[in-house]
Amino acid sequence: MCVECGCDQPVPFGIKVLRFVAPGILRANTVPAVAAASTAVAAAGAQVERKTVDLHVPLLAKNDQVAAGNRANFRGRKILALNLVSSPGAGKTTLLSRTLDEFGLETKCAVVVGDLETDNDARRLARPHAPVAQITTGTACHLDAGMVAKSVESLDLTGVRVLFIENVGNLVCPAEFDLGEELRVVLISTTEGEEKPLKYPPIFKTAHVVLLTKTDVAEALGFNCALAIENVRRIAPQAKLIQLSARSGEGLVEWYELLRAHLFRP
Amino acid sequence: MHELGLMSSAMDAVLQQARSRGAQRVHRIVLRIGALAGVEPESLRFAFDVVTRDTIAAGSTLEVDAVPARARCAACAEDFDAGTDYVFSCPRCGQLSGDLRQGRELELAQIEMS
Repeated sequence: MCVECGCDQPVPFGIKVLRFVAPGILRANTVPAVAAASTAVAAAGAQVERKTVDLHVPLLAKNDQVAAGNRANFRGRKILALNLVSSPGAGKTTLLSRTLDEFGLETKCAVVVGDLETDNDARRLARPHAPVAQITTGTACHLDAGMVAKSVESLDLTGVRVLFIENVGNLVCPAEFDLGEELRVVLISTTEGEEKPLKYPPIFKTAHVVLLTKTDVAEALGFNCALAIENVRRIAPQAKLIQLSARSGEGLVEWYELLRAHLFRP
Repeated sequence: MHELGLMSSAMDAVLQQARSRGAQRVHRIVLRIGALAGVEPESLRFAFDVVTRDTIAAGSTLEVDAVPARARCAACAEDFDAGTDYVFSCPRCGQLSGDLRQGRELELAQIEMS
């Protein structure tokens, strides 16, 4: 069903698996996918008395079911899945690029990356040692569990121990959609100012890890790190907080340590 | 959030329940919505009118059972009213908590049908 207006039109989304050939030369396999349309129901039956039925049916049921399937699949294959969420431009792709080049050499990683359009991010992330799939969501403002399930099917996950799911850049809607991840990682960059956690609390509330990115330019921006950290702590006291810069390398050792600590034992 | 999509998923569940019980009309639907579920009740009502149109639930009433947010303080080992501002500060000791015990519910709670 269409998540934008609630109509019964199926939401088309695309999945493209990028095969690393050589820098700049990429072949792509496009797998069209269409979300299942919800079914209209006509009720029938004999006239009966009015009755009241008590229920406990979760309303995101469909997504939650698929997410639970993803989680069981990832755990069964001993793959640590992380859902990376942030506003557009907070540095998710840059962090992942460097992570694949460093951590990815010792531990096999795969990436699923979501954007409304283009496979630019998948191209940036494609490595000979890391399978990457791009999901183009068209107009949908977040990834859902079904998109992730479909894209993972198209990837060869042999030997993969970490799956990074780079969500669509959006600090609002991804908060409500479980993808089946083990860890939800929320990024906030120094260029966004100190108040993001206070302005967009739901997503921070659900974070297992908060990464404060682009610390290398904090001083030039007049960014108040202590205030930002205090704001993260107020909304997300449960989250592990790491300050890092994918450019200078600050904090990356701690980030890789965190990944190692959560790996499933083979 | 995505009230129309949510409401549509609720209506799928309502119709499925009604059909499995042989009902011909749905008169009343109760949704249980947590204070921190990220759902606007007004948008839900609008969505409700749209998704019930031309179904056996057309003309039925929508009720919302609002669930307040409650969080647990690790230090005091007690639950407290967490408000709606996402800062869960224990009223006894002031410690911040990330342990939400209720308030994110999004459930179909009750259907009245015939």
